[in-house]
Amino acid sequence: MEYFLELFFSGLTRGSIYALIALGYTMVYGIIELINFAHGEIYMIGAFVGLVVAGVLSSFGFPAASIVILATIAAVIYAASYGYTIEKIAYRPLRGAPRLSPLISAIGMSIFLQNYVMLSQTSDFLSFPSLIPEFGFLKNYESMIGSTDFLIIAVAAIVMVGLNLFIKFTRMGKAMRATAQNRKMAMLVGINVDQVISATFVIGSALAAIGGVLIASHIGQINFFIGFIAGIKAFTAAVLGGIGSVPGAMLGGLILGWTESFCTGYVSSDYEDVFAFALLVLILIFRPSGLLGKAPIQKV
Amino acid sequence: MEGLKKSILASLWFMFLTLPIMGVFVNTIDKSVTWHLDRVLCVGVAAFVLSFLWRYMLEQKDKGRQEEEASSVEKVTFFNKLISSPKFYWPALVGVAVFAIAFPKLFSMYQVNVMTTALIYVVLGLGLNIVVGLAGLLDLGFVAFYAVGAYSYALMNMYWGISFWVALPLGALLGAICGILLGFPVLRLRGDYLAIVTLGFGEIIRLVLENWGSFTNGPAGISNIARPEFFGFAKGFLAQINFMYYLMLVLVIFTIFVVNRLKNSRIGRAWQALREDEIACQAMGIDKMKTKLMAFSLGATWAGMVGVVFAAKTTFINPASFTFLESAIILSIVVLGGMGSILGVILGALVLILLPEYMREFSEYRMLIFGAVMVLVMVFRPQGLVRDVRKKIDISAVKKALGGAHE
Repeated sequence: MEYFLELFFSGLTRGSIYALIALGYTMVYGIIELINFAHGEIYMIGAFVGLVVAGVLSSFGFPAASIVILATIAAVIYAASYGYTIEKIAYRPLRGAPRLSPLISAIGMSIFLQNYVMLSQTSDFLSFPSLIPEFGFLKNYESMIGSTDFLIIAVAAIVMVGLNLFIKFTRMGKAMRATAQNRKMAMLVGINVDQVISATFVIGSALAAIGGVLIASHIGQINFFIGFIAGIKAFTAAVLGGIGSVPGAMLGGLILGWTESFCTGYVSSDYEDVFAFALLVLILIFRPSGLLGKAPIQKV
Repeated sequence: MEGLKKSILASLWFMFLTLPIMGVFVNTIDKSVTWHLDRVLCVGVAAFVLSFLWRYMLEQKDKGRQEEEASSVEKVTFFNKLISSPKFYWPALVGVAVFAIAFPKLFSMYQVNVMTTALIYVVLGLGLNIVVGLAGLLDLGFVAFYAVGAYSYALMNMYWGISFWVALPLGALLGAICGILLGFPVLRLRGDYLAIVTLGFGEIIRLVLENWGSFTNGPAGISNIARPEFFGFAKGFLAQINFMYYLMLVLVIFTIFVVNRLKNSRIGRAWQALREDEIACQAMGIDKMKTKLMAFSLGATWAGMVGVVFAAKTTFINPASFTFLESAIILSIVVLGGMGSILGVILGALVLILLPEYMREFSEYRMLIFGAVMVLVMVFRPQGLVRDVRKKIDISAVKKALGGAHE
């Protein structure tokens, strides 16, 4: 039982991170039907900015609490800026091109960003400072859930509730839903579609950066390649829940997190990534629209 | 004036973006911080200049598109002119053939080796071209079939001592079988879902090869794979390398021949119809299932076959040779060369494989440039280096022949 609970909580932590990144995929896909391959790299860049800012601030002797907040804010701002720029350079000129073109452009962008970070930083693993202070509470469960796990789950939950409220009630959220439903119609009723798409990229990237800083602080090391695997897994989560659906991404993230955690715990730890990929292939084959997604209507 | 303001803004924006990644390096072990503000300044200057170029190119592209729409005549590039006129076509072909045959005599062993590698990528590119360029199915796990071929020869050689010449068709067959096995369940998926499934499949194959240590030797790989026997011809190291080159040359010619025949055949035209519009294609009575399966398995056949050659050439393989990056390189060969065009793919492979090889100091930036070029080509020249020209039927001539029945 003890072991089961431990796996349950580690799955919950992983799942929350996957869900945070998956939101970016699902929002972008919902609006422009593009798999933003470079999204994993945004997450990686968020983690690197967090590392660099934390390093610089601590060399100036800032107190620990302000470092956490400033590094996270910087990561969020930078990831959002990168997301905005990527959309403008690599995807906007390709509106109306055949479907394969933006996808290939996205793969190119992903390779470019990986190598850009690798060449300007290093290809080695860098140790990430443990930004989140260890605090002792939940004494009875300490062996199962640490303070970082707890914080990750809490932040992810808060962010998701906030995002849902944003999409439901704000003007921009309504514009996003309208654009997702029918872009031409949205344009006709006076929605600035370009602005909506930019906003989608900015919000999705900011969420990925939060995930990046949290997980980097949890695991303790990063390198330029972490975005690739995390991106694919978050994409799996998005597909699992039904791509285009925001609650679906959260559900998908959690299911993927638990699947991985229980499979590695009870079956074998060598094949950790294989389980995630196998789950992805199976879902796409048997239920391509995901758990909460709607089956796409084929337009003639 | 407007442009100048925009460029200054772009320059400042990029300096802001690159500041934490390029401008600062934090050594996490001794907690020291190194500043590289000069690099950020370079980025600013480069962004200033490039933003002018960027806007100019976008304008040109828009203008070009408008002109094309207005005149409704497809622009014919230099390459297309070259290949469509027999006056240039035949002498060029003879020249290339003579050069290719004389290559090992003219250049050193190292060059021959590099060229053999480039030829391997030519065949891989042509194989993927069937799937992506002709049928329009984006396959991001193509390298998995390459791995299947390479490992099937390596393992069969290690366990049963099977020779290269037996393994070559077997590798092709296993590639085709894997293509069908993967193709069968994923056929229902649309473009980008398909891309992800194939990517997942490719990664699964690599991870299994890496973790199934007792069977595949895991990350350490398999060494001492036998080089092919050339029926007693080639004795010695040098002769074997030359023979490997000629073998690849024959394989390339064979591939070109087959792919060219396929392209204008019934199945080839079905692929192109599928690429353009799936639903209309189905409405024309084309069996979507069969067409996609054919494309998948035929593409995989080439990859499996070349995988065997690759294993025999390097005599050592490990899972690190079959990562997603490799798939991306093969894909960029097809995309940059010009999807669907055979000449384009050949040129793309030669350029992408030979250039980094001959620019050693450059090779660190190879993947960076790959990525950037992929984006730029998609934005400015979506049809690649050589645009694929399709066979056209002159409708007015057909009408005349029918005696104006439709008037």
